[in-house]
Amino acid sequence: MAGVEARRAKSASTARKALRLVWTYGWLLLLLVFAVFPFVWTLAISLTDKGVEGGTSIYNFPASLFPRHLTLRNFTEVFQTFQLGKYLWNSVVIAFWTVVGTLAISALAAYPLARLNFPLKNFIFAAILSTLVLPTETSFIVNVLLLRDLGMLGTYAGVVVPTIATAFGIFVMRQAYLAIPATLMEAARIDGASEMQILGRIMIPLSVPSLTALGIFTLVGTWNAYFWPSLALITNQDLHPLSVAVLTLKGQFNYDPFNIAAGAMIMMLPVLIVFLLAQRLFMRGLDGAVKG
Amino acid sequence: MSRTATTLIAYGMLLPALVLLGLFTFYPVIYGAFLGFTNYTVANVGSGEPPRWVGLANFVKVLQDPLFITGILNSLKYLIVVPVLQLASLAVAVLVNQKLPLVNFFRAAYYIPVITSISLAAVMWEWVYAQKGIINWLLTKIGVLAETQTFGFLGNPATALWAIMFVTFWQGFGYYMVLYLAGLQAIPGELEEAATLDGASSWGRFWLIIVPLMRPTILLCSLLSTLAAVRVLQEVIVFTDGGPLNSTYTALMYVYSKAFKAFDYGVASAAGLVVALVGLGLSYLNFRLTRGGEET
Repeated sequence: MAGVEARRAKSASTARKALRLVWTYGWLLLLLVFAVFPFVWTLAISLTDKGVEGGTSIYNFPASLFPRHLTLRNFTEVFQTFQLGKYLWNSVVIAFWTVVGTLAISALAAYPLARLNFPLKNFIFAAILSTLVLPTETSFIVNVLLLRDLGMLGTYAGVVVPTIATAFGIFVMRQAYLAIPATLMEAARIDGASEMQILGRIMIPLSVPSLTALGIFTLVGTWNAYFWPSLALITNQDLHPLSVAVLTLKGQFNYDPFNIAAGAMIMMLPVLIVFLLAQRLFMRGLDGAVKG
Repeated sequence: MSRTATTLIAYGMLLPALVLLGLFTFYPVIYGAFLGFTNYTVANVGSGEPPRWVGLANFVKVLQDPLFITGILNSLKYLIVVPVLQLASLAVAVLVNQKLPLVNFFRAAYYIPVITSISLAAVMWEWVYAQKGIINWLLTKIGVLAETQTFGFLGNPATALWAIMFVTFWQGFGYYMVLYLAGLQAIPGELEEAATLDGASSWGRFWLIIVPLMRPTILLCSLLSTLAAVRVLQEVIVFTDGGPLNSTYTALMYVYSKAFKAFDYGVASAAGLVVALVGLGLSYLNFRLTRGGEET
């Protein structure tokens, strides 16, 4: 009797476990659809051969989610009709200089904050961190006026230069330097190395993981940024990065969602590849950068 | 090496960062605050005439402008997204904090909206929200709407702001999920096991163990999310530009329009300062509501 009871209890608990599992995966799948549906649909639109299915609507559900005739023609077309290449190049230039600038500024500024003693050190570090909580509601106005006074409005430099000194970048690099054993530096100093040599030959090579993390976060942030580049380039549409141009594309080609979708996918692809390669960094949140 | 030499080297290395932060971060905050108390428009910029001090006149003008009040109210309405987003993100974090096959895949997939540009989100979601879009199709399929009742969610004053808030939710839940996951990893497993043995349901464990223990993370995340909500601007620019009928016209939209459409920098800055004050007040409220993030 006791055996039967135990078996019954056991099978009940197995059943409960199975039910729990179904419940869990049900939610996981539902959230998956919610998170990626817009991408899946856009991808389907971008691959649809509008010639063959002439007059097909992107709103013809569920058929428009599963295009029967696939083509890459929308992708080549959007390069020809919209000069997508120009905007792609702008994105590459802006992202490249922003990443290089952020890494250089942060790697340099973090060194004295981590490893040297000088007057007002704590005050300066606190001032840098305070930029994280400043009320910046009106900053974009003054920054645009400032860029114009400096003659940088509507240039690549105008987009890049104001964004490369960040508390986040300096903080990340400072943490990386603090993790390097002080004995290494002392040995180098005894051998007569200058501070620049210590930074260049010891600190930076040993901080490559943090630099990579900072570079990747900066790259993704810059590639996606919409508001600031749209303001800094308000006078010069020709330099717009893809993130801004994609809305121009949408405005101009409203009648051709297939080309718009192709443009959108071209913009998404680099970010997606970087994300998939560096997934672990992102999944650790801000720790991902701080711990390298 | 002498102390002076070290100091020189240190400041030399800090110089580029300090110059840039000073010029593009500190100066705009200070000068922007100053502009709020002055008369400064595009005419001044043209003639080179400096800003003229007008005291509180801009603030009086702003607070009497019904459009600004609309903006503040819409920004405050946007705050509804904060508690929903935070609780949902925490719940999702709990869901993916289990050791299950494929759970890493799900986590990564939920993060993809986070790394999506707002302009790209606008392109995709405008199709989703369109009158013939997938949501209307689903609603007619399940019989909530008749074929003739479908409407574009972004074109309707009653739904436009909610539609944009929903996109904020879509882009945010993966981000906060990751922050909460880091916090969850610090909760001792025994505590949850003990609660389960005592017969606590998942619901009970969530409210009685996880939420109280996660209070510090919840405070941090709701602060971030509150400030983002009250400063909402680029979402509105890319989706509706404040329309239809000003139903998505937020407080910073007012600042933006005054500065870049009316070219009245003084009034724009004054409005920005009011928004900053509102943000400060809301941050304080956040501290009170989460009891300073102290665990109970």
